[in-house]
Parts: sequence; structure tokens; C-alpha cells
Amino acid sequence: MATAALDPITSATTDASPEAVVVRFAGDSGDGMQLTGGQFTLSTALAGNDLATFPDFPAEIRAPQGTLFGVSAFQINFGSTDITTAGDAPDVLVAMNPAALKTNVKDLKPGGLIIADSGEFNDRNLAKAKYDANPLEDDSLAKWQLLSFDISKLTMESVKEFGLGNKEALRCKNMWTLGLALWMFDRDRQPIVDWLKDKFAKAPVLADANIAALNAGHAYGETAEIGGAGLGLKQLNIAAAPAPEGLYRTVTGAESISLGLVAGAQLASLPMFFGGYPITPASAILHHLSRLKEYGVTTFQAEDEIAAIASAIGASYAGSLGITSSSGPGIALKGEAIGLAIMTELPLVIVNSQRGGPSTGLPTKTEQSDLYQAVYGRNGDAPMPVIAARSPADAFDCAIEAVRIAVEYMTPVMLLTDGYIANAAEPWKVPDMSGYTPFPVTFLDKAQEGGFLPYGRDEKLKRPWVKPGTPGLMHRIGGIEKALNTGHIEYSPANHQAMTELRRDKVLGIANDIPDQDVELGQKGGKLAIVGWGSTFGPIYQAVRRARAKGLDVSHIHLRHIWPMPKNLGDLLKSYEKVLVPEMNTGQLKTVLRDQYLVDAKPLNKVSGQPFRIAEIEAAIEEQLT
Amino acid sequence: MNDMTPVKLTPKDWETDQEVRWCPGCGDYAILKAVQRTLPDIGATPENTVFVSGIGCSSRFPYYVESYGFHTIHGRAPAVATGVKLANPALDVWIVTGDGDGLSIGGNHTMHILRRNLDCQILLFNNEIYGLTKGQYSPTSREGTKSPSTPFGSVDHPAKPAAFALGSGARFVGRGFDVSKNLPDVLKAAHAHKGAAFVEIFQNCIVYNKDVFADFTEKKNADDGQLWLEHGKPMLFGNMKLGGTKGIALDKEKLTLKVVEVVDGDWEAAGVIVHDVTNRSVAHMLVEMPFGAFPMALGVLYDDPVPTFESAVVQQNELAAKGKMPDLQKLVSQGQTWTVGKSGPEL
Repeated sequence: MATAALDPITSATTDASPEAVVVRFAGDSGDGMQLTGGQFTLSTALAGNDLATFPDFPAEIRAPQGTLFGVSAFQINFGSTDITTAGDAPDVLVAMNPAALKTNVKDLKPGGLIIADSGEFNDRNLAKAKYDANPLEDDSLAKWQLLSFDISKLTMESVKEFGLGNKEALRCKNMWTLGLALWMFDRDRQPIVDWLKDKFAKAPVLADANIAALNAGHAYGETAEIGGAGLGLKQLNIAAAPAPEGLYRTVTGAESISLGLVAGAQLASLPMFFGGYPITPASAILHHLSRLKEYGVTTFQAEDEIAAIASAIGASYAGSLGITSSSGPGIALKGEAIGLAIMTELPLVIVNSQRGGPSTGLPTKTEQSDLYQAVYGRNGDAPMPVIAARSPADAFDCAIEAVRIAVEYMTPVMLLTDGYIANAAEPWKVPDMSGYTPFPVTFLDKAQEGGFLPYGRDEKLKRPWVKPGTPGLMHRIGGIEKALNTGHIEYSPANHQAMTELRRDKVLGIANDIPDQDVELGQKGGKLAIVGWGSTFGPIYQAVRRARAKGLDVSHIHLRHIWPMPKNLGDLLKSYEKVLVPEMNTGQLKTVLRDQYLVDAKPLNKVSGQPFRIAEIEAAIEEQLT
Repeated sequence: MNDMTPVKLTPKDWETDQEVRWCPGCGDYAILKAVQRTLPDIGATPENTVFVSGIGCSSRFPYYVESYGFHTIHGRAPAVATGVKLANPALDVWIVTGDGDGLSIGGNHTMHILRRNLDCQILLFNNEIYGLTKGQYSPTSREGTKSPSTPFGSVDHPAKPAAFALGSGARFVGRGFDVSKNLPDVLKAAHAHKGAAFVEIFQNCIVYNKDVFADFTEKKNADDGQLWLEHGKPMLFGNMKLGGTKGIALDKEKLTLKVVEVVDGDWEAAGVIVHDVTNRSVAHMLVEMPFGAFPMALGVLYDDPVPTFESAVVQQNELAAKGKMPDLQKLVSQGQTWTVGKSGPEL
């Protein structure tokens, strides 16, 4: 019955509750849809459902009200089984205005439920959304179930007693809607009430008004008899997903990366220095870390991307764990400095929260098109380890792994995440930190036997880390080619050849220190391997699971270590007749795999700024196997 | 460790075994000597001293000083130095840069390190030319400078390093030139200043811009060309053997500076101003004084310390961490959590 879980309700008319449901809240940027989504996520997690979310919002902070490009949406997929994607198509669409309806309704499943705020479907808003006629009143929405009522008016009535102004009162609409959604899925309102009281502690009247709106929305679901038989609002109780016992929380990628970096620095026994410059969608990491001073974290908002990484390199040189973070355009600016860190062999972690490119591209949309940039994007032969997180929760361990490699090999490491991972939330079983092996750093504090060699090597080809302030070990480093061992300036042909090879071999040697590539689903060998990396994990995993349930011979391989790649990867790939690589780019990992292993990897590409749908990958699997 | 008595270091102790690779006769040699003479006098220790540089002829400097050194990338030395100092505020950080490195490609970082007031010394070697890339005009080159990239003469207006520094919020602005015997005194004052100390050092690029500062650096031009400023002393120049035959006074009508004749050493009668290193208004006028009509203001033009960036960061970090114990398990468990037990989730 595995597939049943993957095909959530297609109609709300069935009496049996489905195993998974996809709900999308869509409204104007000012309607508080991200907040609504976030609180609905929390209540869903508390109900014990597994879940995944996809916040999708415009790049503009306050796009003109009611416009198509100002629509902000939040999608959540939750269920009683393992959930790894935000869901292909919504079962329920909450549309707070005509623009939200127009931009989102085409994604809704046939027979799915539209809940629309009819109060917002006035001539002005319809015109802004470029509707010739009111879609709530003609037959254009016939293939879906439509429930429209005047949420604006109902909200206004529910908060009347608090004497708010018109604008403030209408701002409670999102809580009214949330209240209705909580009723639909039989959720406890108390955590939201507590949150509102806390959020509006300084303005209790706003807390009370929002709570009243929340309760009114809930009550509306309970009492309103709308839609008639077989239609519309009915309460669904999604059973809790079986989950291992333990402590849970929800976590976004930006949070888990921040926590992982702090944990990594602590495991390395190092103070952390984070140099950052605001950029979407990476800024949240700077925000999180700037509050964690008690963990020896210094954050520095630099004057630009270059200063952000350069200061981190300076801090690493002085004995801290230097970290910087950005998104594609910022990483491009950091390129020269990354080369300096490679040349001077200083530890550094560079987090790239990828977004749509090139140039400014799609600041708030997701893409994985910076793989070439990560692996190859520098002048000279400049090898650098690259790690990619697959999900918000996975990003925690990836961040620790990035720190470990950086300090154990004296090298910059790039950690790839993306806009989807950074913003999406998922339940996270809180890790037991005592289960992580510390990797404390030892600084060189006296000359090696035979004299001090700043560019001397250990068996891993790592050079020593010497903190300025250490007597007797003064030395000079820089971006000019170094002489073997002494690190003096040295331009000679033989030395450059040797040093280039050494830098390459040091990074390639990391392959001896990372786990062999495993197979997520399926087995080594067979007809088809789907090879992924990063945030495509969810849809690939579910697509392969569905295909396997149909009896298809397909396996899922998902890379964490993009560079160097696991030692067994070539053998593993060659054990399949076909290799398909789904990516949110035009085929970057595919090209690297072909180059490294001479395998006939085929691309499956999507660069729309939206994550893959399970069905898209499933269809590609079937095409490969027929 | 055997002998705990600090041994007074000598300039020799600050030399490395590296062969110096500047052109013979380059002004950088004199600056290097001045720095190596200064370091023992200020009680610096090689292990606690860090020289950070960018790219250019001047930026090779760290290789020749027996201390910790970081030759970084073009223009970025202030940013690297900021990370060094924030990671370890106990280090004594010197930045060596040039007119191209510090004001062109790295102008942004120079501005920000100055306004933040990171405790460090910034030595900007100004030779009004790109030396290492073979003689193109620089942001400080005078209008009309003929160079490989401006064969018909440059048409852009030059930047004034000291004015730029002061405008960026610098709390110390000093000036000297490569072969000046006073340069170590300027460097000492810069070092004694807690905060970002900006020192413009006129440097003679004998290959691409020879003698461009000769109008005031040469001995024969020293009297009329050099105004050595000293706190609490009148701003006198001209024949200094006669106590100074000219001085700088304030034109109270136009609110500008003017040159006045000093007769028989009676500078007060001539209205000559007494230099006050904490007077920011006068400092603004001194850095803007057009050379030719005025002498070149040298020495410590401005010195008025305020709290430093790294001390504020450290203080805030300590305050924010106060009373909080680092606990990784607690950290990962924060936020709204729930427990999954045998019977399902609970708050």
C-alpha cells in the first residue's frame, strides 16, 4: 500500500481520511501567508504528522497590493506516512484574493478544494489580477470544488469588539483562515494562542483580536453548513505518522546550518568567526548566528561579499574557524578570496544557499545551478571540497562535516544548500550531541623536528596551523605560489607543478576519509539508477519508491560529497544499465559524472524556480524503462 | 624560556632571510628601514605583530619583516586585518597598502576600516602610479599624467588620501615621506594611537614616476615645501634655522588657511595657529591645503582617539553571553518541541 500514501486525496468526498494532504495558502504579500503557514506547520508537527513545506514568496518586500507578482504562497504536505516533499499538487488551495487564485489554481488537483475570500473579489482586485469576469461566479472553476465566503467581513465582525482600525482588523484575516484550517484538520488551537500572546505581549489588544479571529474561523468550520452533501468543508483527521520516540522540533535549513556550524566549531574546540553580507536567501544564517555569542561566535556584517570572506580568512589565519555564507552572486564575488584560502591552505567554510541565476536571477526561487561554480568556479587549478545538503534536517550534519573537513585538511570547503532548503521547515528529531565525535584542533606551537616548515605536511598532506602570537614561529603567507615546505615565494616551474599537484592530491585524498556512497532505495546494479544531490532528494525518493512499488527496477543514489566524490561511486554507477540525473539546472552533476567516470549519465532538468514534482521524475523513470 | 628578561630588539631582529625584491633605489627600502627602526622602539614583539598587505609593490612588505605576515589579494588587506583583529584583539596589526590597492580596488574597505575604527596602523604608500603593473596612472595621479594607459594624459581628478581618510571618519591622520628622518616619529605616533591610524607616506617610484614629490622632499625644497606639524607648536616653515620665516594662519573672513610671513620669529604677531592634533576642523583644512600655494603638511595632522571597533565587539559579545552557559544539547533542543512517546506526540 505504499503508493496509497503517495497519492493523497484526490477528492474530499471520500469518507475515509487520506494518508497525506497538501494545503497551499496563497495571498497578497501583506496577508501574512508565511506566518499562517508557519503556525499551521507547527500545529501539524504537534499533531504528529510528518510534513514538508515550501514557502514561495516574491522578491519584492511589498509588491503592490493585489497584483499577480505580489502573491505569496506557503505549501505544506503532511501525512501519516513518511513525507519528503512539499507535495506535487495541492488538495486544498486557500486563496485570499483574485491574484492568489489566478497564480495558484492551475496547480490544484482536479476535484481539489478552493477556499476563497469572496470579500476580496471586487472589481478593482479582479482587474489587477486580469480577470475579465469574477471566477467565483462563472463556471471557470468547475473542475474544482469551490467554497467562497466573505472572510474579510467575517474577520471584521469577529474583532469588532476590540475597536481596531479597518486596516488592523483586516490584518487578522490570516488568523481567521488559520482557525478554519485548524478545524479542518482537527488541530489544537492552544499552541497558536500561546504564540500570539507571546508575539503581541506588548500589545495585548492585538493578541486578543487575533485570538478572536482564530477562534471565529474555527467556529465557522464547526457550525457553518455550507457546500451541501459530498462537498466542501469537512473535518479530516490525519493520523500521526509513525516516528521513532524522542524529542522533536521543526527546523528550517537556515536554522539547522547555523546550529550545525556552531556544533562543528564546538567539536573542533574553536571559536567561530562568521563574516556575512546580506543576500537572499542566505541572510537568515547571519541572523541566527548573531544571537549565539555564548558559543564563542563572533558575527561581522561586512561592507561587501568580498570583505565578508576576507575577514573570515583573516580570522582563520588568527586561529578562529572562519565562515562565510552567501548566494550565487555573492559567491561569484568571493571567488578570488576562495583562491587565496586554497593557496594559503587555511580552513574556511563557505555556505552557498543557491538561488535562480545567472546574475541577480530569481532571488527568492530555488535552483541548484551553482555546482559548476562550487567545483570549478575559480581561476587556476583551485581544488576545493564541496558538500551538498539534501534537506533542512540533513543540513545540520552536512555543516558539521564541512567544518571537520576544513580543519582536518586545512582547506576551504563549500557547503551547498538552496533556497528551498533554507526556507522550508521539516520535523527534526533533535540529535543527541554526545553521539558526535569531537575533532579538536591542535595548533602548532613549536617547530617541527628539523626546523619550522609552515608548508610542511602530515600524512594527509595537511600543513600546520600556526596562530599569530606563537613565539618563534613567525612566518609569512600569501597568494603567491609557495615553495614546498618553507612556504617562501617561489615561481620556479618544477615547484609550481609540484604544488599544484599537491593541492589537488590533498583534496582528492579526502575521498579516503568519507563514507562509501550508499544506495538510498534499491540495490547496487540493475536497470536504472537515479542519481541526485541536494534538495531534489524528496521528489526523487518518492518517485523511485512509487516506481519500485510498481515493480520497476530502479534505484536511488543521492550524493552528499560532490567533491571529491566517494571512492566507490564509479563502480556503483557502472553497475547500472542506465543512469538518470535529475537536477534543477541544465545538467551540471550529469556532466561531472560523465567526466569523472565515463558513464552515459542522462539529464533530467528543471529550471523553473520550482522544485521537481514527484510525478515528473516518475514519468522520466517510466520513459527510461520502456 | 631560559631568560625572562626582555632583550631589547634591534632593527636587525626585524629583518627576514628573504631577498628584498624592490627595484634598486625604490623608496620602499627607506620605508622598510624606518619601520624596522620603529618596531624596537615601541616595544613590539615579532610574535604579536602581524603585517597584512594587499597587492602591489608596497604589499610585498610583509615578506621582509620578521613577524607574522599575510600578503593577501588586491585591495582586501583591511578586510583580512579586520578578521585577524576580531579573532585576536591582542595582536598588533599593521596594514601596508598603496594608492592603487588602498584607494582604487580597495577604496571601499579603506573607508570602512576607518569608520569602524579598528585598532591598527594603515601605511598607504602613495607614489601616484601603478608600479607592479608597469606604470599605469593611479587614483592619486595628477591630472594630465601620461602613462601606458593614458598616452594623452589622464583626465580624471585625483583622490587625496589624507582627505579621503578623514572624510571616512579616521581618528588619526599622519603624513611622511620615504626618506624623511621624521618618518619613524610619525609611525610611533600612529602606533601609540588606539584605533585606526592612517599614515600617508609619499614614496618615490624611481622607475615609473621618478621625483614626483621632489618639490617638497628634496633638501633644497624642504624649507618652503615641508610643514612639519607638532602638537602645541605653531605651524611654522620656511627657514627653520631662523625659527621659521613663514607660518599658517587662519583667514577669518574666508574661513580658510593662509600663508603669512613671520618677521623676527614673532609668529604670534603674524597670527600663526598653534597645532592642536584634536582639532578636526583644522585637520580638514590641512588635508585639503593645495600644494604649491601652501607647503605639504607632514607629521601628525590629526589624532583624537575614540573607542575601537574590536573592543566594542568584544564587549558586546561578552555582555550578550553573560550568564549563559554554552550547551550544545540545549541549543539544538530549543524552539517549540514535542516528544514522541509510545502513544504519539505530546507538547
